[in-house]
Amino acid sequence: METQTRRFKQNAREAMADGQLAQALTRLGEGFPLRRAEAIDRLPEFDQLRDAAKAIKDHTLAHLDLYLEQYESKVKEAGGHVHWCRTGQDAREKILEICRTVGAKTVTKSKSMIGEEIAINDFLEENGVAPIETDLGEYIIQLRKEPPSHIIAPAVHLNKGQVEDTFRKAHTNLDPARNLDDPKSLLEEARVELREKFLHADVGLTGANFLIAETGTNVLVTNEGNADLTYSLPRVHIVIASLEKVIPTLEDTATVLRVLARSGTGQDITVYTTFCTGPKRPDDLDGPDEYHVILLDNGRTELVGTEFQEMLRCIRCGSCLNHCPVYHAIGGHAYGWVYSGPMGAVLIPGLIGIHEAGDLPNASTLCGKCETVCPMRIPLPKMLRAWRERQYQRKGNSAAGRWSLQLWAALAKRPKLYRAVTGPLMTALAIFGRKRGRFKWLPLAGGWTGPRDLPAPQGDSFIAQYHKGPVGAVVRSKGQ
Amino acid sequence: MTEHSSSPSNPPASPNVGLFATCLVDLMRPSVGFATVKLLEDAGCRVSVPEAQTCCGQPAYNSGDSADARDIAKNVIQVFEGFDYVVAPSGSCAGMLSHHYPHLLKDDAAWKPRAEALAAKTFELVAFLTDVLQAEISPPDLDVTATYHDSCSGLRELGIKSQPRALLGKVGGLRLVEGDIPETCCGFGGLFCVKYPDISERMVDAKADDILATGADLLLAGDLGCLMNMAGRLKRRGARVEARHVAEVLAGMTDRPAIGEADEDTA
Amino acid sequence: MSGREQILGDLRAALTQSNDGARRAAVAKRLMTKARHVIPARGKDAGPAATDRFQAEAERVQATVARVASLDDLPGAVADYLAAQNMPAAVRMTPDPRLRAAPWDTTAITIAEGPAQGEDTAGVSHAFGAVAETGSLVFLSGPESPTTVNFLPPVHIAVLRASDISGCFEDIWSRLRADRQNAEGAGRFMPRTVNWITGPSRTADIELVLFLGIHGPKHLHIVIVDDGDDGGQTG
Repeated sequence: METQTRRFKQNAREAMADGQLAQALTRLGEGFPLRRAEAIDRLPEFDQLRDAAKAIKDHTLAHLDLYLEQYESKVKEAGGHVHWCRTGQDAREKILEICRTVGAKTVTKSKSMIGEEIAINDFLEENGVAPIETDLGEYIIQLRKEPPSHIIAPAVHLNKGQVEDTFRKAHTNLDPARNLDDPKSLLEEARVELREKFLHADVGLTGANFLIAETGTNVLVTNEGNADLTYSLPRVHIVIASLEKVIPTLEDTATVLRVLARSGTGQDITVYTTFCTGPKRPDDLDGPDEYHVILLDNGRTELVGTEFQEMLRCIRCGSCLNHCPVYHAIGGHAYGWVYSGPMGAVLIPGLIGIHEAGDLPNASTLCGKCETVCPMRIPLPKMLRAWRERQYQRKGNSAAGRWSLQLWAALAKRPKLYRAVTGPLMTALAIFGRKRGRFKWLPLAGGWTGPRDLPAPQGDSFIAQYHKGPVGAVVRSKGQ
Repeated sequence: MTEHSSSPSNPPASPNVGLFATCLVDLMRPSVGFATVKLLEDAGCRVSVPEAQTCCGQPAYNSGDSADARDIAKNVIQVFEGFDYVVAPSGSCAGMLSHHYPHLLKDDAAWKPRAEALAAKTFELVAFLTDVLQAEISPPDLDVTATYHDSCSGLRELGIKSQPRALLGKVGGLRLVEGDIPETCCGFGGLFCVKYPDISERMVDAKADDILATGADLLLAGDLGCLMNMAGRLKRRGARVEARHVAEVLAGMTDRPAIGEADEDTA
Repeated sequence: MSGREQILGDLRAALTQSNDGARRAAVAKRLMTKARHVIPARGKDAGPAATDRFQAEAERVQATVARVASLDDLPGAVADYLAAQNMPAAVRMTPDPRLRAAPWDTTAITIAEGPAQGEDTAGVSHAFGAVAETGSLVFLSGPESPTTVNFLPPVHIAVLRASDISGCFEDIWSRLRADRQNAEGAGRFMPRTVNWITGPSRTADIELVLFLGIHGPKHLHIVIVDDGDDGGQTG
């Protein structure tokens, strides 16, 4: 999809005007955190596991080149192919080439954020190959031609009625008078529609939650079972994964899996955790004849060795979105690209440039909730700040903003000047504000007084009052 | 002033405390500064309020202007490093000194140890009274139903959660009612609230709803920025809930109008 | 330059400070030792305790569990389950010798072997093992265990020997390495697919309301065969 990150403020305003979306976000903001908390209550070792998971990823990232080589050699030994793709364009072309080699007409897909990142669906469609999303949420948003609004719950912004409308418009082969009031009937309809697609697809395209270097295995973590029908029924299985998904061993994978689902959906583990290694073996009765891995960089190597390297620990659980008050206010689409929430606000500038996504790291109060719930202990607030620093250095923020900031800093560095300027200002404001105790509007303070009143200052500054005389005298004079 | 070495767990009998008032308290609400002085002095501290203090530098730091933030940090370090302790009536500003100064100055061989030394003796007011001084405060009674908002930096950077509740438990007549989301950010976020007023409004509305649902008459918190944001929104919505800094209640200095309220005498 | 060389070159430039030999040694060691990390207490059960925990955890995620004394009782248990569900007495079964050995002729169940077909109503497969920690079943693909039987039919009946229940995931990996050493040649032990299955298929993609049975099976019924070996695999 085309990025809409530059329209962030406009996107956010539009999102907040959508009452239905607000309801959906309330559901999300209440449901996911509660389920996560319940899952963690059942696992006293959770924080130890977070530490272990972080250490695993840190070690892997410090040796990423070597683990990628090891991973590649194991995939090859198992009879698979690894395609190293520097850019989204490289990846799209390689996928299309594989599809063309086997004469593919339809490609079933299980949910992949990398697939969203490289906009593979649009590209395949333009080139005469029909991609079919099979995760229910992804299927719904594909029919609606929308990007996902959440990394693990792509259609979380919609309600049942909207899904029903979407199905009625898309499934024109079915009886228009059919009853779809019950959500179960929507599920059954999707199941039946997609069943035929699974059975007749030429290529199955999946993402990967992990790539295991020890064995050349890709791991898929899902709940619906669509991924398993996607890779087991067609003749070709293509895995698209970004290169930081690599992890050393099966044991390491077990550790990270213990924190993944608990952090995201609040499940102890997802229903299906699948480990695929190479194509079907000669005597196997089912499985794909060909196995390809598209290993995507798309800007990630540029984060290695920088203050943003820790972002590559992210396992895409969605916990930071689920707990973010800004995400709860505006939803995922406002961020303007396929990622959203705190992880998106850090990752997107890394992938498309801070000049394209300047609002994202700024639209945060740095409240720190995301870091406390991140299973990989990614210091998200620190990295949001680091993007602001880069932006400031390249003069990427507004001139007015920079000017007022520099004025404040200049005063803050000169205590006497600071007192000389702020003192009379506060005294004046206190006099003007005394009657109501607050301002509904003040020149140059529209950002504040738009949504809220500005409490008036009490009078002379604390420092000035304190140093006028003994504390007691000033305290006594408080009712003056 | 000589530099004393004192561990948080073993404070000197009458510690020299430098009060970092914070720019918001200094300029907007001096009564919080006086309440802080009173609480510290009642607990046996010798309190100084250096005139050379201004702001902790968060506006610059959180806007990516690290160079100015570093200069401001050095000023604060110079002004305050001679005290046994530095205390601020704000989790946000105390967190800036104790967590972010060392990070800001980590590559400066001369300033890094000074930043770390300052960080080690900097505390938020309520945490200082409770955890360091283990002060036996005896606040005057206040007949009110109150609810408490856990400001983000205090809660998540400094671990302040039980301390204000413990001290408020000593205020006779005060009934503390917890909201459903006391730990959720109010949408202040420093410059965030003026750069993204729409998003901030949505966030502070969620807080306002939660505060009103408690039925409390009084909103308390340990950070003036959050309080001004929430009080400002509550007033805009016509709500009658008053807002005060927790120090005002603990020090018994509630005779000044609450945040954003008119002075009875002049109204 | 190929994408591979560019990517690896950039990574090396960012990561390699001085001693590349030490980095290589660290990687080789980790891959060799396959160290376990934190194993939660709930993953340390063995024997009957592991079986009980497995059952409780599986039931927690909406699987149903039946326990039978021996393989001789398996066909009856499957027939009873299908009848109770009002299902046809027909199953797609993996050509697993352990399943074939059961006395199916004592029931009226029609058995079709091989990979699953779209019209199959129930699949029967034999698990390699299970994990008590989370109530997860573990299946391996192979000539006697086509993967699709676990996923395509709307009802999945999984057969599990009590002695194959492990405490934790790591025990499964240890067992897999030991049992299948070189099964794939040249030290390779991973089959095409290893499937951990924990409860029936589900989705909460519409309004975050949980529904069972979307693409995978709507029902997961587990028949635990008490094979008289109370020493669970504890690795």
